[in-house]
Amino acid sequence: MRDVNENAQDILHLHYVVEPDNFAAAGEASSNVKRILKHIGVSPDVIRKVAIAMYEGEINMVIHARGGDIDVDVSPEMIRMVLRDQGPGIPDVEKAMQEGYSTAPDSVRDLGFGAGMGLPNMKNYTDTMQIDTEVGVGTTLTMTVNIPA
Amino acid sequence: MHSDQAISHAVTLNINKCKGCTTCARLCPTEAIRVRNGKAQIFYDSCIDCGNCISVCPHHAVQAVVDRFEDYKDRYAYCVALTAPALYGQFLNLESVDTVLNGLLKIGFDDVFDVAYAAEMVSNYTRRLLQEDKLKRPVISSTCPAVIRLIRARFPSLCDHILPVVAPVHIAAKMARDLAVKKTGLPPEKIGIFYISSCAAKVTDIKNPIGIEKSDVDHVLSIRDIFIPLLKGMKNLPGGLQKLGKSGLIGIGWAASGGEGAALLKEKYFATDGIDHVVQVLEQLEDGKFLSGTFIELKACTCGCVGGALAVENPFVAMARIHQVCRDLPFTHALTPEDADYEAYMNWTSPLEVPETHTRGEGMAFALQEVVRIEELKKQLPGLDCGACGAPTCAILAKDIVRGSAALTDCVFMSKQSSSQPDPENESEEKNDK
Repeated sequence: MRDVNENAQDILHLHYVVEPDNFAAAGEASSNVKRILKHIGVSPDVIRKVAIAMYEGEINMVIHARGGDIDVDVSPEMIRMVLRDQGPGIPDVEKAMQEGYSTAPDSVRDLGFGAGMGLPNMKNYTDTMQIDTEVGVGTTLTMTVNIPA
Repeated sequence: MHSDQAISHAVTLNINKCKGCTTCARLCPTEAIRVRNGKAQIFYDSCIDCGNCISVCPHHAVQAVVDRFEDYKDRYAYCVALTAPALYGQFLNLESVDTVLNGLLKIGFDDVFDVAYAAEMVSNYTRRLLQEDKLKRPVISSTCPAVIRLIRARFPSLCDHILPVVAPVHIAAKMARDLAVKKTGLPPEKIGIFYISSCAAKVTDIKNPIGIEKSDVDHVLSIRDIFIPLLKGMKNLPGGLQKLGKSGLIGIGWAASGGEGAALLKEKYFATDGIDHVVQVLEQLEDGKFLSGTFIELKACTCGCVGGALAVENPFVAMARIHQVCRDLPFTHALTPEDADYEAYMNWTSPLEVPETHTRGEGMAFALQEVVRIEELKKQLPGLDCGACGAPTCAILAKDIVRGSAALTDCVFMSKQSSSQPDPENESEEKNDK
């Protein structure tokens, strides 16, 4: 599930594969990142932001996009998360960013998901967020959380 | 991780009995144990005295450091036994707590005091504190010393959620001593306060208490050591027991997981027991998942204090017995004006030391490098967590290697691999020699 690239510089690269429809495993990648950040000694506030943003992204990939890939880069200044999928894409990004708006199917809502807070939460908890999406092709989400000096 | 460097620990290894089976190392919640040269080694800097290792060791090699009554009773003119409520779950067909309390008087104690009595006072005080609503929610109980040390070591961001109230045993000790002084006219230092405990962590807690400067408990005795003599004492009681038990079911119920929470009456509480479950809950709390309830009761031992490493009975059996004993008890003792005086001692006088865990700048760069190297090593290791190297998991061995306390060759699989392959360095040297 995870692959690590060695890098001589002070950047930790982490790679995760998110399985489609695997609700039991959903959240494992963000838990793993959380554990590693704790080990590095990142402050709990920053870890919480990263964990929440990544968890929401991961769940979205499972619910909507048939899984995908996540790349996390950790440097002393910030954490960058890039979430890539080849799912349906987001037709109306502005609508998707509204709190409460959800396109999750009933089967997923029955599991307790689909409250429509995913993207809004990701925006609230991160310092930058960029959505590149194309209907029928897929979505790439890039988010950064700064580590205060 | 926070290290209690100056403190003495309650857990010790009997080297002769240790077989190096790695059972304790795998179950340690703070990764404080390794197996070296066929024997377990406890790294006390990381040890939280939860006593898990004592409970799981199949060879009874890990033992608790406790005092023995015989060794200390002659120092004092008047010996008082403080009974942990867990004690009442250790006996078959116990009709009344008075049987146990009278039994203690028969085996050399001059007086008894039920910690459950102080527990009722603490519950009452805690209820009021929670209603005042000045504490950070959810509030985490502070009675399990192993849990507090675990939070400090692994979940420091939760330190400010811990209820800053003194554990009942310390209040009980103070009350017991004051009562004894009043009764006998003896100076306080001639009164010996002996806490009969199911808990290894309490042994350390008494010597290095959390939240207060010093505990009034003089010695901690293990239920295991006192059980057989006490049983004999309980069998030979004259007809007509003295009515010594003063606590209600609120206090006695503290012995089992959920009892402390239930004692808060109207407050919504959440109770969990067993160190691995406690870790799960703490991780959720750390994630910001506010579990339903304003009060979180966490106990390191299975079923709560009845599951302590120093208890004799199976925790589930003991828990059932506690519930049975409670059925015949009043709800709680009627709180007196004297009880109210002790509220002055219920707040922590010293705050919990919160370790500074997050790094900045160069510290962060160094830590990052360390993690990169650890992750790299983990890729090389087999990932079987077999324990043969002495570390409980491959991930922990990787960390040890990076920190310099272990080598890649400690891994049985890595050594096997390198010995079966021709060594390219030696070959080229031989060529050069020729």
